[in-house]
Amino acid sequence: MYWSIFTEILVLELLIFYLSLQYAWDASEEYLFKAMVAFAMRRYSNKETTQISNVLLCNMTERVSFWFVVTDSAKNVTTVPGSEVEAAIRMNRNRINSAFLLTDNTLQFLKISSTLSPPIESSVPVWLIVFSVVLCLVVAGILFLVVSGIRQRKKNNRESAETGDLEDKCDTPVTTENGIPCDILDLKAGQINGVYAADDERFTPL
Amino acid sequence: MENPRPLWDNPLQFVFACISYAVGLGNVWRFPYLCQMYGGGGFLIPYLIMLIVEGMPLLYLELAVGQHMRQGSIGAWKIISPYLSGVGIASVVVSFFLSMYYNVINAWAFWYLFHSFQDPLPWASCPLNSNHTDYDEECAKTSSTQYFWYRKTLNISPSIEEYGSIQWEQAVCLILAWLVVYLCILRGTESTGKVVYVTASLPYFVLIIYLIRGLTLHGAVNGLIYMFTPKIEQLANPKTWINAATQIFFSLGLGFGSLIAFASYNEPNNNCERHAMIVSLINSSTSIFASIVTFSIYGFKATFNYENCLSKVILLLTNVFDLEEGALTADNLDSMKDYLTSTYPNQYAELLPQIKNCSLEAELDTAVQGTGLAFIVYSEAIKNMEVSQLYSVLYFVMLLMLGIGSMLGNTAAILTPLTDSKFLSTHLPKEVISGIVCFINCIVGLVFTMEAGNYWFDIFNDYAATLSLLLIVLVETIAVCYVYGLKRFEKDLLLMLGHKPNWYWKIMWAFVSPVLIISLVIFYLTDYIRTGTLQYQAWDATQGQLVTKDYPSYALAVIGLLVAASTMCIPLGALIIFIMKRLKRNVSTLE
Repeated sequence: MYWSIFTEILVLELLIFYLSLQYAWDASEEYLFKAMVAFAMRRYSNKETTQISNVLLCNMTERVSFWFVVTDSAKNVTTVPGSEVEAAIRMNRNRINSAFLLTDNTLQFLKISSTLSPPIESSVPVWLIVFSVVLCLVVAGILFLVVSGIRQRKKNNRESAETGDLEDKCDTPVTTENGIPCDILDLKAGQINGVYAADDERFTPL
Repeated sequence: MENPRPLWDNPLQFVFACISYAVGLGNVWRFPYLCQMYGGGGFLIPYLIMLIVEGMPLLYLELAVGQHMRQGSIGAWKIISPYLSGVGIASVVVSFFLSMYYNVINAWAFWYLFHSFQDPLPWASCPLNSNHTDYDEECAKTSSTQYFWYRKTLNISPSIEEYGSIQWEQAVCLILAWLVVYLCILRGTESTGKVVYVTASLPYFVLIIYLIRGLTLHGAVNGLIYMFTPKIEQLANPKTWINAATQIFFSLGLGFGSLIAFASYNEPNNNCERHAMIVSLINSSTSIFASIVTFSIYGFKATFNYENCLSKVILLLTNVFDLEEGALTADNLDSMKDYLTSTYPNQYAELLPQIKNCSLEAELDTAVQGTGLAFIVYSEAIKNMEVSQLYSVLYFVMLLMLGIGSMLGNTAAILTPLTDSKFLSTHLPKEVISGIVCFINCIVGLVFTMEAGNYWFDIFNDYAATLSLLLIVLVETIAVCYVYGLKRFEKDLLLMLGHKPNWYWKIMWAFVSPVLIISLVIFYLTDYIRTGTLQYQAWDATQGQLVTKDYPSYALAVIGLLVAASTMCIPLGALIIFIMKRLKRNVSTLE
């Protein structure tokens, strides 16, 4: 029998998550698997010699896991080294997965660690793009407010300069600090009637 | 003729400004933690009692002072008594410290927001190591969300002594955050009044969306049951009551001068009594509302992790013992484990270290507060939702609104006294004053973007505004009741509102609140004396978790300076005024 001379390193173990299958696992599926492995070997070595009969499965279990080897029909009774088979399968992992409608997680080759695919990185990080947009909006807003404030103040200055002479004559001698007459600020006894001394009451001209 | 004092367009703007300021990140990330630690549903009892006894009266007091004196904190306390100008200055100093470090949170929120526009989310999976064979070491030891927070966002160093360099990504986010704040406060109440409509209401929309989403998540009920099961025995624990009192106190933002500043822009006859009650009630109900959302999210995350853990164990056992798939399920796991132990004792014993005991309670018990809750736990829950980008964007926009709303109050507390002072307002327009304040805060805030920056952030967060605020509010209450005189204050309120405050408010102001605050101060001091040295949590990259370390001496010195800088203002201010008056009297007697 072949099996006894095979050492572990030549045999690859496969695990299929039974519950993830949308179909029943039977002999036809095994045939498909053999075909996929043969396909992977053909692609990898570019030789058209690997046949389905070269792929041997053994040690089937209930939860669908088994061992398999690939023999080389050119040289009698020898097996293809495990590393070659590994490399071949790794190259065509996607195709094998999609043939069975499974993923790397649900179809596990127990000696082949999947090389993790790095996330797609664009040349300019996305966050910088969003950041620049927000920054431009905010700076534009600030500039708009500042400029309009300056223009408003210039207009006010011009208007008050025109009416300034009139107001100087009419100012009452009460000095105010933010709307509250100064003379009561320092005295504890002073009372301010907040309801009636509203700030924007203009002193009527005499 | 002097410029009239700017006013809010309508009372609604004032209410929204107060809500926007009071409802902040603490409602989202501190209250749920306290609820969980101190008795679940039972915590609501001390919380609501403290709200009525402490929160509402003190809030009413501050609003009334601001509305009547129509000045920022420095001017208002100067009017009450010239010896108390130190209180106003202390408020400004504390607000200054707060705005220095608080805006860094907005910078982090911006960072996460900008990173939410990717598919998949960057914190959803670990990055690969250099030769792409496995995940990055540090990330593998901890989780991908923690890795993203500690390594990608903060790039944290192992201890506070190792400064590292300024992280340019965080620095530009901080600059952006300050530009946004400047944009909002540029024109004073004119601009602030419009902005608070958005910052006050948007968080509620997002919270409602999250509530609906959260309650429909698988496993949310576990979290809610866990939270609301009252543990009545915690009511006997004094810490419960102390934490309820401090939470109400800090959540309303008393003592910073922001409330006085906002109220000073009111019409003189604004009904601040009604507004005080509305604002404090809304603040507390938002806390409770936010904790419902948080606990549904917790429940979802805990259930997700628990089921993951279970399926890993099931997979391991199925593979090793070559069982048929579907033989092991969550329900029969325990009985199957016993069966396997008896049938294959050796193999099972070998496997034992790898089999984790999955426990839902253990997952729920991981109580987190602060930045850990907001940025780690929530982002972990979000990455497992469908359409995670949308929820991520919504969540971080909400955090931004909460943070910017509070910043508006903080900066108002600093700027109102500055623009009130005749000296500065005649020489510089208010846009320039705001710009200078923002600029200085931004430059100092760059310290928090260094590799050790988060440790300094924790120092500021824990010590800059805690003890000082309690003392400030204590002096405020005593000043109004006993120095200014309760009768005089009553008459002022009669003028403003048309009716005198009833006996409840007077008792609270004169007796209950000062006693409560004094006991809180005593608690803080005894707690500090009892624990001796102060310690902090440092991130250990090799282990992938937090470790406790002692603060070095210069950090302790900074802590001492922070507390002293604000509290010393009160006695120093009184002393300086006293000396100046003495000198004036001497000068006038000589003449």
